Amino acid sequence: MRRAPRLIGLALALATLAAFSLAVRNTYYYTLVNQIGINIILVVGLNLLIGYAGQISLGHAAFFGLGAYASGILTATYQVDPWLALVAGLLLSGAVALLIGIPALKLKGYYLAMASLGFGIIVYIIFTQLSSLTGGPSGLIGIPSLKIAGHSLNSPQANFLVIWLTVTLILLLSLNIVDSRVGRALRAIHDSDIAAQAMGVNAPRLKLLIFVVSALYASLAGSLFAYASNFIAPSSFGVMFSIKLVTMVVVGGMASIWGSLFGAAVLTVLPEFLAFFHDYEIVIFGLILMLVMIFLPRGLVRGLLDLWEYRQWKQSGKS
Amino acid sequence: MEAVGKILNTAPQDPLLTLHHVSLSFGGLLAVKDVSFTVTVGQIKALIGPNGAGKTTLFNLITGILTPEQGAILFQGQPLQGMAPHAIAARGVSRTFQIVQLFNHMTALENVMVGRHVRTRAGLVAGGLRLPWTRREEAAIRDQADAWLAFVGLGGRGAERAANLPLGHQRLLEIARALATEPRLLLLDEPAAGLDPVETDRLMELIFAIRERGISILLVEHDMSLTMEVADDIVVLDYGSVIAEGPPREVQRNPAVIAAYLGTDWAQ
Amino acid sequence: MEHVTDLLQYLFSGLTTGAIYALIALGFSTIFTASAIINLAQGEFVMLGALAAAGLHRGGLSLPLAFLLAVAGVTLIGLIFERLAIRPARDASPISLIIITVGAAVFLQGLAMLWWGKDAYTLPPFTGARPLSFMGATLLPQSLWIMGLTLLQVLSLEVFLRFSLKGKAMRAAAFNPVAARLVGIRVTHMVQLSFGFSAAMGAAAGVMIAPITMGVYDMGTMLGLKGFCAAVLGGLGSSGGAVLGGLLLGVVEAFTSGLISSGYRDAVAFVILLLVLFFSPQGLLGRRPQRSS
Repeated sequence: MRRAPRLIGLALALATLAAFSLAVRNTYYYTLVNQIGINIILVVGLNLLIGYAGQISLGHAAFFGLGAYASGILTATYQVDPWLALVAGLLLSGAVALLIGIPALKLKGYYLAMASLGFGIIVYIIFTQLSSLTGGPSGLIGIPSLKIAGHSLNSPQANFLVIWLTVTLILLLSLNIVDSRVGRALRAIHDSDIAAQAMGVNAPRLKLLIFVVSALYASLAGSLFAYASNFIAPSSFGVMFSIKLVTMVVVGGMASIWGSLFGAAVLTVLPEFLAFFHDYEIVIFGLILMLVMIFLPRGLVRGLLDLWEYRQWKQSGKS
Repeated sequence: MEAVGKILNTAPQDPLLTLHHVSLSFGGLLAVKDVSFTVTVGQIKALIGPNGAGKTTLFNLITGILTPEQGAILFQGQPLQGMAPHAIAARGVSRTFQIVQLFNHMTALENVMVGRHVRTRAGLVAGGLRLPWTRREEAAIRDQADAWLAFVGLGGRGAERAANLPLGHQRLLEIARALATEPRLLLLDEPAAGLDPVETDRLMELIFAIRERGISILLVEHDMSLTMEVADDIVVLDYGSVIAEGPPREVQRNPAVIAAYLGTDWAQ
Repeated sequence: MEHVTDLLQYLFSGLTTGAIYALIALGFSTIFTASAIINLAQGEFVMLGALAAAGLHRGGLSLPLAFLLAVAGVTLIGLIFERLAIRPARDASPISLIIITVGAAVFLQGLAMLWWGKDAYTLPPFTGARPLSFMGATLLPQSLWIMGLTLLQVLSLEVFLRFSLKGKAMRAAAFNPVAARLVGIRVTHMVQLSFGFSAAMGAAAGVMIAPITMGVYDMGTMLGLKGFCAAVLGGLGSSGGAVLGGLLLGVVEAFTSGLISSGYRDAVAFVILLLVLFFSPQGLLGRRPQRSS
């Protein structure tokens, strides 16, 4: 039923990627677009956790950082193959997610939020303190790029293709998950944890699973980020970035994969294109978070659509 | 409908669910006191009693939301107490809720599809990769859910949002969802609450139809006429203890029961 | 092996920062007592108090006047915040409320940066800068002011909550808003009051600590978070717990920093937070723990 449009969409996406990489020359655009891609991977993963499973994480940047530093350190300092280092990052993040997730996901509401926040801060401090390993606050340099068949993928175009191919695969994977038995179980948990369990859904295990999956997404994004930038610093992995990620999820609409795309893209691009936004970045992020959560808790797109439908309905009532 | 049929492999009249001296207190208040009774295979058993008597607490004990402080709950001979709710569902005990707990953001069909979760297998990776066998399983889930919706009388309403259905249909939907788990024992918590007489009649027919499929029923109800019609056996609870147990006519005449109820709802 | 004087010094500085954490923890506790909300913008009230007072003082106002005006101003901001950001979302899920307060914290911090820039501002200490000496360890007089203020706030809060009608109403409203409304308690008013109190306490704390730590636009984040850790350690909803948690946290932090490593100083609070949340969520003196479903 849905296979044909998906395949067509996939083909279109790949064609667009190829076209872009051939047509566009400006490095700045690549940097920006690559950043969007990285953020999409992060936000989609976080959305699975927040929007679908109904949990909260205010420390997601930690997993992003774990992936980045694992890959960065293994390749820069120990000359490990970048692909292997990427897998190592996944294993590390997954293990940490399991370790933290098991006790944390038993907590409810605020407690979970604060535990995730605390966790994120601890990891950030570790990044700054283990300077012999991580390079400390000034960061880690000399991270090589990914290699395929001996060719180093260090041009903007190459990074672009790697990142956006990953984005495409991640999107496909996530859309499938959401439509699947597991996705349905997640949405059930979100609507009524008790009823879901009464119907045989192992809610604790599923929440933990999604937590680990979202950590893996973040780790993947982190590794790609490290290989594309060839340099990483703790400042990219702090509380502010975790909050930005949550903002992107919220703006895009929780429980909407395409919404995540929108949220990530918009909130990555806006600071770049609006210079005034750049200066007021903190204020505006805070304001957006507040306004969207108060007035459009289903996200910007869904909220505006709801408003539109409401207006249509009101107008038709008048005739 | 082979999709919804189920073959029994225990003989009728065998004990299916047994409560042995189950007790639970909430902060010093004894909510359930030394409760023992049995539901046999193929039986429709009613659990009645004044408000606050401990009926829903018993349901929560049986389905694992609460754990008894004392006593045992056996299902098909195996202990249930201490098991997690989802594991109990896997064993074959399913339920509806006193206040409807539907998955409001999902459609009616999707609600029932969640009921199939416990009998299906597709995991995160398999589902993410959309392997062929998971697609077949999804199609089967969809068909079975459709069948159960039709069985309870909601056929054709699958695409509606659960939250938008009227209460009567929501209660039926909850039943369809519980049935989709292929239970041996179905716990119905006040299924007639808020239903009009026509809907209550249909509910009665549905309860009999469920029993026809070999599913035993334990039902909490306040609607006495429904209870009298439908139940093979009744357990009466008051202040957490069993004060009577037996066929409807007997229980109806029991002076302790009449006293507990202060005379309401016992008109012939 | 460390000198006794060193250990004593750690203790003193620990108690000082501990008293600061206690003040902030009190702010969290008050709002939580009245409304079961965690206000993650609490740290920003502290920051605003410090910067407002510093700015007013630089503008020529005397210290006491700057103190009063700063506290009044921030209280107003707290009340406006409650009215505009919290009240419309009262029935939203806890997660939504958390995100809203996070948004507010970020927003207020951004505003502070725009208004006061990234510079640090000082306030002169209340009674002079000469450190007091005790058995070889030093203690700033300002620290005594801070501890005194903490004590005062805890006592007056406890008296208010336990013995005054309004205070009892506040506790009732948090415990069971529906029942409280039925007996005529205006729950929204109670929540508003609690936000006003917390903002005032936070601002006062900010003015108090500015002479020691200086006021800067991003001081609220860490302070707020650590204050929260202290509140959780002591037990959310308990004023005594807030103070106990704050002092304990300050001391443990100081000793860790002195004896083990100063780089990981900031991590102490959060490690404690995680330990408490994972093993004993009600903290030392708090209510029963929340559990999933």
